Amino acid sequence: MQKQTDEPSNSPRPGGDRKKNLLVGLAGQQNAGKSTTFNMLTGANQHIANYPGVTVDKKSGSYKDEFGKIEIVDLPGTYSLTSFSLEERVSRDFLFTEKPDVLVNVLDASCLKRSLFFTFQLLEMGFPLVVGLNMMDVARQNGLKIDVDKLSHSLGVEVIPTVGRRGKGKNELKQAIRQTAERPRGKVLEIAYDDLEPLIADLQKKVEPHPGLTKDRPARWLAIKLLEGDSVTEKLINRDPSTAGVMSGLNEVRDHFETQNGLSVADYLVSRREKLAAKIMELCVNDSGAGRETISEKIDRVVLNPIAAPLFLVATVFVIYQLSIVKGYELTQYTWPILAKIRAIAAGLLPDAGLLHDPYVRSMGLWMVDSANTLLNYVPIFLILFALIAILEDSGYMARIAFILDKLFHAFGLHGQSTLPFILGGVFAGGCAVPGIMATKGIPDEKSRMATILTVPFMNCLAKIPLYTLLVNIYFVQYKSWVMLFLSTITIFVALLVAKLLTATVLRNMETAPFIMELPNYHPPTIYGVGQRAIERTWVYIKKVGSIVLAVSVFVFTFLQFPGLGDERQHFYEQEMNTAVEQFYSKIADNPYTEQLSEEAQLVALINFYNDYKQGRLNTRGAKAAKAFDKKIQARNPDYFLFLKPGTDKAAKKINRALRKLASKRKTLRRKIKEETIGVSILGQVGQAMEPVTRYAGFNWKINVALLSSFAARESSVATLGVLFQQGADESKTLEERMGAESLSGGFTPLHALAVMIFFALYPPCLAATIMVKVQTNSYKWMIFSILFPTTLGLVTASAIFTIGRALDISGIAMMGIFYGLVALTTLVVGLASSRQKSPVDYSYQEGHPESA
Amino acid sequence: MKNRRQMGRGKKGRCRCRMLNEVRPGEKVCIRCHHACGAIRQRLLDLGFVPAARVDVIRRAPLGDPIQLKVNNYNVTLRKSEAAQIEIEAA
Repeated sequence: MQKQTDEPSNSPRPGGDRKKNLLVGLAGQQNAGKSTTFNMLTGANQHIANYPGVTVDKKSGSYKDEFGKIEIVDLPGTYSLTSFSLEERVSRDFLFTEKPDVLVNVLDASCLKRSLFFTFQLLEMGFPLVVGLNMMDVARQNGLKIDVDKLSHSLGVEVIPTVGRRGKGKNELKQAIRQTAERPRGKVLEIAYDDLEPLIADLQKKVEPHPGLTKDRPARWLAIKLLEGDSVTEKLINRDPSTAGVMSGLNEVRDHFETQNGLSVADYLVSRREKLAAKIMELCVNDSGAGRETISEKIDRVVLNPIAAPLFLVATVFVIYQLSIVKGYELTQYTWPILAKIRAIAAGLLPDAGLLHDPYVRSMGLWMVDSANTLLNYVPIFLILFALIAILEDSGYMARIAFILDKLFHAFGLHGQSTLPFILGGVFAGGCAVPGIMATKGIPDEKSRMATILTVPFMNCLAKIPLYTLLVNIYFVQYKSWVMLFLSTITIFVALLVAKLLTATVLRNMETAPFIMELPNYHPPTIYGVGQRAIERTWVYIKKVGSIVLAVSVFVFTFLQFPGLGDERQHFYEQEMNTAVEQFYSKIADNPYTEQLSEEAQLVALINFYNDYKQGRLNTRGAKAAKAFDKKIQARNPDYFLFLKPGTDKAAKKINRALRKLASKRKTLRRKIKEETIGVSILGQVGQAMEPVTRYAGFNWKINVALLSSFAARESSVATLGVLFQQGADESKTLEERMGAESLSGGFTPLHALAVMIFFALYPPCLAATIMVKVQTNSYKWMIFSILFPTTLGLVTASAIFTIGRALDISGIAMMGIFYGLVALTTLVVGLASSRQKSPVDYSYQEGHPESA
Repeated sequence: MKNRRQMGRGKKGRCRCRMLNEVRPGEKVCIRCHHACGAIRQRLLDLGFVPAARVDVIRRAPLGDPIQLKVNNYNVTLRKSEAAQIEIEAA
């Protein structure tokens, strides 16, 4: 990426000396269609990185023309190139340090005037420029006729009309890039600042003797920026004591100008640019559709109608839910067998299982595959979800949602644009906090952005659902849909309240920004754009599975295993197993097949064969597939297969019976060992040590262990519970039944379950999400806060619910109703109070205006 | 103090000048000057809210805030609290 140019960027390039490879910057305002132009130029050949030291995405890609490789860097979409926002500063830094050979400026033809302000800034920076006049189709629809030649002549740069979404103008743009890089620069438009010119010339003269300043930046640009009061440029000048003198007397000059002209320097600069833009517009654009309602406006009249708007919004969320969560789950029926197959392959590759104890490599390997599979199982859901969200974004409706909901969100310290992160995080049911937190990038208001980052994890991510389903199916069977409604909405209330609390306390002093948002025209989304975004976000999720979750699963596994059982207990279990094996042999003593099983290794192989078969059968559907599967297994080992399906062979039948008994006994023993191992393991001991505290919330050590391991990754909670609740389990009983059976004896009630679910809803983000918090806030402090705060909140809430419920003898479902009512009421009161408080009528602008006193 | 020069000028103390947040949907007005400063002001200028620009107030959001405006042929939304810092006059 680093590129050396010996010549200053604004000097003409010698014609004969052809530079083969070019670096091209792609700049433009938000919603001008920069991404589509970028896709059009580079195709699939692109990658994303970060600009050094900041969290701003740096998208780059490349293509080849007949002379060499063209590397294109997509600059962040900003409305201007001042130094007020991070993106703007990043763009400017890139331009001045990397010095692209050509800059492509994407303009939105349908709102040319505004786009021109940006173009002026680029021209002043002195880079060889090509203008891509995008969205020509929209402009035409709106009745705008743009004279491209005249525009090109006025600006002094080449202007290529394009329709990025349809790939129109692609070759012309590529050609123009090459030509602009090779041609010596002609006369480009220089914005005349009339009355300010003497001041600019004066400053320019002061700046010019300092090569440290003018090496990278044109002197005129520096002078204008200084007059404008650009903070980064001022800092640049003040940093070097030898140049600091340039600034002397600047304030006086500015004040003098203001008293003379009745207009501040900054306002005067704007007025000149405005005048020039108006002139160019008049010259080049013929607006026959002025005053006519555009298609977007017609749609908005319906979609943003006060009555219809909420209906459309609810319908949209409902469709997203139906298509992604409901249909997505149906799809997983087809994808799950693939994952099961992967597991089977892994199981085959790993060392074989022992009679009682498996080799460590095997159990760890399978544990990792299982952890990954649970998460990969959600991939179809996420693909659909992310594709639908990309459609919302690209079509322009997402901005409308922000517009509709901003007042609600703003009352709680959030922002209209918090909608997208919340939907990704799983507002109702199903989502993932990782892409949710990532999507907070787009929120311009730092305070709201922080509040959003810290509250997105409260949403019900997909991995919380299995635990809810498990507990609801045991303890709240008759109220199933009510409890699910409770769980999916309570988190929204809590998130809003927490956001309000945080913005009123710890985030109080954060920078806020105004809600100034463009409502872009509606566009039909392109398949390429949507597919790309959906795959990109899903890929982030898969990477999370591949890296963090797998690494953490190793730790959890280790902490659940060590230090392991004492010799005495080991010995006990071995004895038990030996007895069972002896019984097996005594039963088949006079059997003709005994010879095949005389050695223990053969026996173990047979049991494993039997288990593999059972496992495999579980994953086959339909009689035909089952038959085919049987054939396959039979081919693998016809001798053993006879014992699984003895048919009419009496002797084999006998073995089959004994084998089944032995396998079942072995399974029970292995489960007992596992449970006992967890009991004495590190995590188990921590769980027990926490009991004195968590007992107020009704959690016993088993629940503690499950919750601890779920911090690693939510989905492992159910897996851990599965291991822990298994006394006397034989294969036919589900985890629901086992937990149900234990709860009868252990006194576990719906109130307990409610406390667990509440805690789980408020529990800190999983490790992957906290790492994303670190990435997005760029601070370990906030990452730790994002762990500690929800833990405390969850524990206090769960304890209150459990202790009060128990003391007053309130049932789980009643307690749930009370809690829900309380939270909903608080939300309502807080929301009303803060929206009243922020009434704009109270706004007074006297503060800070000395002359108004 | 640093931002003083970036502030809009031309307002007269506690005058009852009309602000953009007071305009009803359907009205067309002209921008006179900005009372905001710094980033807000810059952003408004970038989006075309320059002095003398014509602004159509299109509608309020269903909950009453923010408001949707049309300036230079495109649609922008502002919260009322921001609109309250833009001084306007009849078009």
